[in-house]
Amino acid sequence: MQFIKFNLIVFILAFLFEKNAAQDTTNFMNQLEKETKAHKTFYTTSIFKYTRIINGHSVENLPAHVLDVRISHRFGPLSKGLYEFFGLDYSPFNVRVGFDYGITNNFMIGGGHNAYQKTYDAFFKIKILKQSSGNITMPVTISFVPTIAINMLKPEVIDPSNKPDSNSKTERLSYVLQLLVARKFSSGFALQVMPTFIYADNFSYNHFKGDLYKREIFSIGMGASQKISRRMSVNAEYYYQLPGTKASSAHNVLSVGLDIGTGGHVFQLLFTNSLGLTEKSFISETPGRWDNGDALFGFNISRVFQLKKRSH
Amino acid sequence: MRRCIFLLTVLTVININTYAQLYFTKNGNVNFFSKTILEDIKADNNQVLSVLNIQTGTLRFSLLNNAFHFAKAKMEDDFNENYMESNKYPKSTFNGAINDINNIDFNKDGTYKVNVTGDLMIHGVTKNITIPATISVKNGKISGSSVFNVAAKDYQIKIPTIVTNKIAENIKVTVLCDYEKK
Repeated sequence: MQFIKFNLIVFILAFLFEKNAAQDTTNFMNQLEKETKAHKTFYTTSIFKYTRIINGHSVENLPAHVLDVRISHRFGPLSKGLYEFFGLDYSPFNVRVGFDYGITNNFMIGGGHNAYQKTYDAFFKIKILKQSSGNITMPVTISFVPTIAINMLKPEVIDPSNKPDSNSKTERLSYVLQLLVARKFSSGFALQVMPTFIYADNFSYNHFKGDLYKREIFSIGMGASQKISRRMSVNAEYYYQLPGTKASSAHNVLSVGLDIGTGGHVFQLLFTNSLGLTEKSFISETPGRWDNGDALFGFNISRVFQLKKRSH
Repeated sequence: MRRCIFLLTVLTVININTYAQLYFTKNGNVNFFSKTILEDIKADNNQVLSVLNIQTGTLRFSLLNNAFHFAKAKMEDDFNENYMESNKYPKSTFNGAINDINNIDFNKDGTYKVNVTGDLMIHGVTKNITIPATISVKNGKISGSSVFNVAAKDYQIKIPTIVTNKIAENIKVTVLCDYEKK
C-alpha cells in the first residue's frame, strides 16, 4: 500500500515538475507583460490625421520642432458653371499662406496671411487633456485655441454698407476662442465638438441684427473623421451659430473633405460653402449656402519639416 | 515514509532550481535600421521584455511597437499608423529557444556563438526563423545580442511605391539584452 502511495506521489510531483519546466518562461513573460501594462499609460495617437479637420482646428498638435508650411486655396462657387470652369477661373478666390510650428508636443503656434479681406491671423494651440488608457484613463482629448486676426484693407476700399453707421471708428481686430473636445472611438473613427466664441471686427461683414449691431457670436462646431484606408480619411465639419447671436445674412458653414497623407505631405481636397479661411470669417461670415449652389472647391496642402532632431 | 519525505525535498529543490534558472530583463534594447540612398531611418526601443531559461534554452521576447522612437516625429506617426498598425497589432514577440544551450557554461566567463530558432511575430504574422546570436557571461552576468534582417514583405507590411526608395526592403534589426536573475 505504502509503495503505491509512494509511487503516486512521485508521479504527481514529476508531472508537476515537467509542467513547470515547459510553462515557466511563458508564465513569467505573461506576468512581466501584465506588470508593465499596469504601470504604463497608453496615449491615443492620431485622433485626426492633421492639425486641421477642414477649415478649422482639430485637437492634433504639431510635434516639437516641426515646421508646417500650409497653403490653402478656395475657388469660386461650383454654380458658376462651365464658363468659369466650376469656379476655378472665378475671382475673387482666396488663398492663405501660413506657417505653424510645434514648440513642444503639446503647444504650437502659427500664423498666416489671407488674400480675402487682406487679413493676417495668428494663433496658439495647447493640449489640456489627452485621451489615454492603462494606468491613467482619460476619455477625451481637450485643446484650447485662441486666434487673433487683423483686417488690413485700405480705408478707401472698405465697403461702407458693412458698417452700422459710416461714422463709427474702424476696428480691425477680431478674436476667436475655441475649446476642442475630441474622442477617437475606434481605430478609424473620431468625433470632435468645438464650442466657440467670436468677437468680430466691425467692417468685414454686416453683423446686423435688426437695429442692433452684434459682434459677439457664439457657435458650436462638430467635426468627424473616418479613415477609409491607411493613408486616406474622409472628414466633415459643421459650425452651428446660435440663432440669437448670428448675423441675419450669415449661414452656417458645412464642409466635407478628403485627407491624403503621403508621409511628409498632407493633401486635403474639400468642398465648403465658405470662402473665408480664418475662424472668424468662415464661422460667422459665410454668405453662401449649399442649396443655392454656393458650395466651392478648395484644397489645403501641408508640408512638414523637422527642424531639430529629437533626443530621447 | 522517510524515503517519501526525502524525495519530496529533492523534487522541491529541483523545482526551485528550475525557477532559479530563469533570467529576465524589462529594459532590453531592440533597434532597427533602414538604409537607402535617399534616407537612413533608425528607431530605438528600450523597453523590451525578455525571459531566458538557461537550463532549457527557452527564450522569449515581447515589445510594444509604439515604444519605438524615431528622430523624426512624423516617421514615428507613420510607423505606428501606416506600417505597423499598432492599434491593431500592439505587440511584436519572439518565442523560441537557443539551439545549442548545452555548449554554454554559465558558470564561467566567456562568449558563445549560438543559433536561435523560434517564431517571430510582427504585424500579426508569425514566421519561423533561425538567426545567429551571441551569449556572453561575465562575472555571472548574462547578456545576449543578435543582428538579423527582416523583410517587411514577409510580414505583410506594405510599403507604398511612392516611398519605396526611402525605405529599405530588408531592415536590419539589432537586439541587446542584459539579463538579471529572477
